[in-house]
Amino acid sequence: MAKAQNLNWFMRWFYRMASPPHFYRWAGRYAPWLGGVGLLCMLYGLWGGLVSSPPDYQMGEGVRIIFVHVPAAWLSMMSYTLMAVAAGIGLIWRMKLAHAVAASCAPIGAAFTFLTLFSGSLWGKPMWGTWWEWDARMTSELLLLFLFLGYIALRNSFTERDKADRVSAILAVVGIINVPIIHFSVDWWNTLHQPASVTRLDAPGIHASMLVPLLVMAVGFTLFFAYVLLVRTQGEILLRERQTKWVNDI
Amino acid sequence: MSTLAAMRRQAGVEWRLTVRRFGEALNPLVFFAATVALFPLGLSPEPERMAGYAAGVLWVATLLAVLFAQARQFRAEAYNGVLEQLALSPHPLWMLLAAKLLVQWLVLAVPLLLLAPACAYALNFPAEGVSTLLASLALATPTMLMLGSVGAALTVHAHQGGALLTVLVMPMLVPVLIFGARATDFAASGVAPDGAVLWLAVLAVLSVTLGPFAVAFALRTNLD
Repeated sequence: MAKAQNLNWFMRWFYRMASPPHFYRWAGRYAPWLGGVGLLCMLYGLWGGLVSSPPDYQMGEGVRIIFVHVPAAWLSMMSYTLMAVAAGIGLIWRMKLAHAVAASCAPIGAAFTFLTLFSGSLWGKPMWGTWWEWDARMTSELLLLFLFLGYIALRNSFTERDKADRVSAILAVVGIINVPIIHFSVDWWNTLHQPASVTRLDAPGIHASMLVPLLVMAVGFTLFFAYVLLVRTQGEILLRERQTKWVNDI
Repeated sequence: MSTLAAMRRQAGVEWRLTVRRFGEALNPLVFFAATVALFPLGLSPEPERMAGYAAGVLWVATLLAVLFAQARQFRAEAYNGVLEQLALSPHPLWMLLAAKLLVQWLVLAVPLLLLAPACAYALNFPAEGVSTLLASLALATPTMLMLGSVGAALTVHAHQGGALLTVLVMPMLVPVLIFGARATDFAASGVAPDGAVLWLAVLAVLSVTLGPFAVAFALRTNLD
């Protein structure tokens, strides 16, 4: 690390984060703040979504489930990307901490994917008159759930943690290459669903009284995700480093 | 020995192994035909209804047959140490594996392409769609074999390899299934299938160029 002086601040931060004890302490310091602010955001989002915003003129009170459904869907996709990026970093730089992050990310991502499907199903019943519709987004989300479950199953099939890390990282990287292809093919197969309306910046399809709580809710979910990820990674680090002196000193 | 000679040798080994275990090579084809036969029994043998589901059934049966064929891929080689020898050889592992996979594709796809028209006929699939069925199967089987091999290389150590392989690879095979079945369906109903067939070609190019590296990398990681 003699050259560390010459690196820019980001690479210095990156290298320091790769040290498990340093990451452990860093996560312990910041995780409660992320969780706390996330909780406040979610409380505000819930109030804004369930109480202060008006019912939709077409969907009525049923529209309120989007305040859970849309942030969960966003996080399901983000967590797969994050998992694959962490796995790729672990594979390329042989960084154990990145593997610990990927391993911690998978069950959270699977849970958010399941929540997306579950809330979508609850929404589908009053809106479309069915619990399940083979539309493009629900099908993509279902396949994403299978990708997560496959990753978890592959990881669990190993007894050596080191090998589990690297082999499942290959699966995550191959998976992330395939995600856009799967998404495109499923879209091509079926384009019944309404087009995305939040990302249209020029003319927002939804009113500010709903958009603000929705975005705050998305921020809250993301912070909650970061909180759970840090806490899980801390646990993963303790498990992996349990033979070392610094863990036994805690 | 030059790398090309090593590849030719590897292909020869694979070919001889297949010929000497001829019955094993036939299993995926019997599996394919048996799966197809389940659908008229389970759904309906009425000619009009069979014509409606024929394309989907042929594609699902192909996909399952390829996964079935891949379930024991690399197992024997990993067990008896051949894989270590290949990994230790001075030639790039991915090139040796590419030669091996090429032979496997020929052994699996060519008989399947011969068998598919008969199965299509039995399902009352319209004759004008058969050429598209064959073209799209020829383009799709390399992708299926490649992804299946990546899955097999990742799970070569696992006891429950076959079931795990299916869970890992199934979501990634969905695009092949969608484009293949749609192309076949389009052709059967008189719509131009070119777009879907070209997408299958894109996926084939992608998987044939990147696949051997992924398989070699996964095997090497599993070995050390």
